[in-house]
Amino acid sequence: MSVAVIRFPGTLDHESAARAVAGAGLEPCYAWHADDALPVGTEAVVIPGGFSYGDHLRSGAIASRAPIMESILELAEQEAPVLGICNGFQILCESGLLPGALRPNASLSFICRQAELEVADDTTPWTGGVDAGAVLSIPIKHHDGAWVGDPGAGRVVLRYRGENPNGSVDAVAGIANAAGNVMGLMPHPEEACDALLGSTDGRALFSALAGAV
Amino acid sequence: MSIDAAAPLHRLLGLTDDENDLIHELLGREPADAELMMFSLMWSEHCSYKHSRNLLSAFPTDGDAVLQGPGENAGVIDVGNGWAVAFKVESHNHPSAVEPFEGAATGVGGIVRDILAMGARPIALLDSLRFGELSSRRSRHLFTRAVEGIGHYGNCIGVPTVGGEVSFDDRYEESCLVNAMCVGLVRHDGMLTAAAAGPGNALVLIGNRTGRDGIGGASVLASAELDDDEDKRPSVQVSDPFTERKLMDCCLELAEDDAFVALQDLGAAGLTSAAGEMASSGGVGLEIALDRIPLRETGMTAPEILVSESQERMLAVIEPPRVAEVIERCRRWDLDATEIGVVTREPRLLVRFDGETVVDLPAALLTDQAPRYDVPQNAPPERMALAYDELPPVPGDLVAAWRELLGRPNVADKRWIWEQYDHLVGANTVRRPAAADAAVVRLPTGAGLAVSLDGAERHCEADARGGGMAVVCEAARNLAATGARPLAITDCLNFANPEKGETGWQLREVIAGMSEALDAFEIPVVSGNVSLYNESATRRIYPTPIVGMVGLIDDVARTVPLALGPEGHALALIGYGEPRLDGSEYLGDDAGLPPRPEPMQDAALCRSLVDAAADGLLAGAHDISGGGLATTLAESAIAAGHGARVTLVGGPRPDVALFGEGGGRVLVSATDAHLDLLAERLPEDIVLTRIGVCGGDELSIDLGDRGVSLDLAEAHAAYAGGLTEAMGA
Repeated sequence: MSVAVIRFPGTLDHESAARAVAGAGLEPCYAWHADDALPVGTEAVVIPGGFSYGDHLRSGAIASRAPIMESILELAEQEAPVLGICNGFQILCESGLLPGALRPNASLSFICRQAELEVADDTTPWTGGVDAGAVLSIPIKHHDGAWVGDPGAGRVVLRYRGENPNGSVDAVAGIANAAGNVMGLMPHPEEACDALLGSTDGRALFSALAGAV
Repeated sequence: MSIDAAAPLHRLLGLTDDENDLIHELLGREPADAELMMFSLMWSEHCSYKHSRNLLSAFPTDGDAVLQGPGENAGVIDVGNGWAVAFKVESHNHPSAVEPFEGAATGVGGIVRDILAMGARPIALLDSLRFGELSSRRSRHLFTRAVEGIGHYGNCIGVPTVGGEVSFDDRYEESCLVNAMCVGLVRHDGMLTAAAAGPGNALVLIGNRTGRDGIGGASVLASAELDDDEDKRPSVQVSDPFTERKLMDCCLELAEDDAFVALQDLGAAGLTSAAGEMASSGGVGLEIALDRIPLRETGMTAPEILVSESQERMLAVIEPPRVAEVIERCRRWDLDATEIGVVTREPRLLVRFDGETVVDLPAALLTDQAPRYDVPQNAPPERMALAYDELPPVPGDLVAAWRELLGRPNVADKRWIWEQYDHLVGANTVRRPAAADAAVVRLPTGAGLAVSLDGAERHCEADARGGGMAVVCEAARNLAATGARPLAITDCLNFANPEKGETGWQLREVIAGMSEALDAFEIPVVSGNVSLYNESATRRIYPTPIVGMVGLIDDVARTVPLALGPEGHALALIGYGEPRLDGSEYLGDDAGLPPRPEPMQDAALCRSLVDAAADGLLAGAHDISGGGLATTLAESAIAAGHGARVTLVGGPRPDVALFGEGGGRVLVSATDAHLDLLAERLPEDIVLTRIGVCGGDELSIDLGDRGVSLDLAEAHAAYAGGLTEAMGA
């Protein structure tokens, strides 16, 4: 089961994302932003975090128009799983695959800290058997992480529990499209897959990917 | 700096009359303007270390683990299984004082390219910062913007900022310090050199276009005192971390495919320094066509192109058959790559521009023939330890004093800083900032690499030799407290003007003290940097050597946190020496004479801690430094989320036991049985003193005739809010 991890210039988390994908028993492969097609046999896509195109213009704006995005849009239409993490979430919103947009944090500062996330909807394929109301501990690290939009336009999967670190509407930390196959989140599950690093709660999302493929 | 238009060019460029005469003598002719400009930069303190090189030779630089000592872009040490780490710390003090955001950001960018030039993948960043008191609006501005600059750059290039340190003192009000350290990972057989080789090989410039930014930075900013910042604003470089990231990805790909004969970053003095060092260290010449260099601005002159400090550029030597492939690979990363010259057999730098030869001189003149100066050695009056009647009275309310100390910016929680830094990217950060005495990142071998960055400037002011020892010993204890065996250091020597007063003597004494401690630990200096002239008309900084130490934890799962062990665990002090208030954070100045460390005892203490950690005996360990035992205990308790009950032998002054500093002492928590084991193994001169037990909602310390008790929630509030309150946020 092949999962394409997309690399744009300025993508930073592709290696940790690929590691997390492999950890869930899937086969990661890299796809390059300038390519016209995803690698043959791609069944799912992960768009990892970073600063694609240096956040020039607007986070995710330029990447959302990169050549590789057309094949991702096609795959998403076929209801294949597409996961966007942090900058990947920003790219998915910019590309129209997900509702809303990400604006700068309420503090106007970059924030890197562990966050508690409440599973808001366990009927999407993204929570891997974790029940609604369960709490996941996953780090956030972003400058433009305040999701703004109509939560009813998609399916809110994860909400910040306790303090809302960035001022997002309805405390949205992660949201899926109406069909449920495309999901974006600001927290970094790929950095919460190893007890040595403090949390393994991020594995749920990658297991979900394995279950969905 | 006032510009006297009538002064001769060499003086405007910062060269002395004697140096100008020497240049004439070495060349046997009048230098061309471009040549004189190159000399002025390469012979500046920043590039040539002309006032410090004679003293630096005292450092030990050899060791079994050393794969590359001083002389390349960074030092490299073996970390096992064919892997090595390259690391270096460098200052960007003066640019940060002029424009803190860009100054700090480009400081990070520069040190990252030094690591990249070794063929290493950057895996960790740390920063050491010094600013004036936060009651000063100017210092708040410099501090806030420097932190933003570091975050902006580090976050965008995807290298985790895993640690560092900061303190505030009026001595840095007009000369702030921004030192950045980078650590990179490289296979032994993947190490690169900056030495150009192979006449006929091509010289390829990769990365950003060249503009007028940073012109004269190396000589104007880093080698003279700052008097009037306004004049120097255009000299500060502008950062472009996005290009840096592409440069990293691209160069590492090319290095992986053995595309480089040599690689060098363009830092201070730009192309001049890069070309001069590549040619001179390779014993070859370089012929450069300036017309080929892609420019960002029109009308640039040859000297401007030669000394531009435009960031995010690397200079590579490539074999001719691979040039097209290298340029193609760079294009794939949207990077400019241009063949700008060729390696020649005769060891000369030959630079052509617009049909004319603008530079034609032996490269070694720029690098090896720079003058060296001995600096005046004026010892300050010897200090005496503070006598009992010289100390301020013991506070009536020791708990209030404790709370106040916890909230001081120098002691308080630095979360406001490190939450602005991505300290996790790469998913290898085993110990996050403030979770252990050193940052710990996972290596591919399964070992942990521990890194700490430390200073001891008040101690250095009071006793330069003792302070030099103290900074090395503290760095080592910080590593050992996590379970890491120290391997090597990099250092940045931040000092005032060495040509005046006692600075030259302090520099020599600090180096002597550091060297003595390094010998005790049997570890070398493998890279470093010197930043002099950190003084203004009203203030001279403390002698501030910053030591970046790296060490190994064989099994990364055995890393020891600084938090107290679970409730019921026993608490003990391990180490040697007695605390004093001289030079302490509690007294808040450098008065008196702090106790001089005993490096051999510190080395023994560190070995004991490393062994204990490897055997899983320690639940928590925290070095006792600024703020003394009471502060250290509070930090460990806050991290653990529960308190402790402690009994100390009180002296005539309870504040000495609570807040005194000195000696080598580490607070550890462990089960009783493990403490017994540990006590049995300790060498004679290292003492283990049981002082209490972990648990409860309070920090209570019994001093015999009196006791102090602080609610943990109150301690936490004071500690958590101290920094942001001082900033008025």
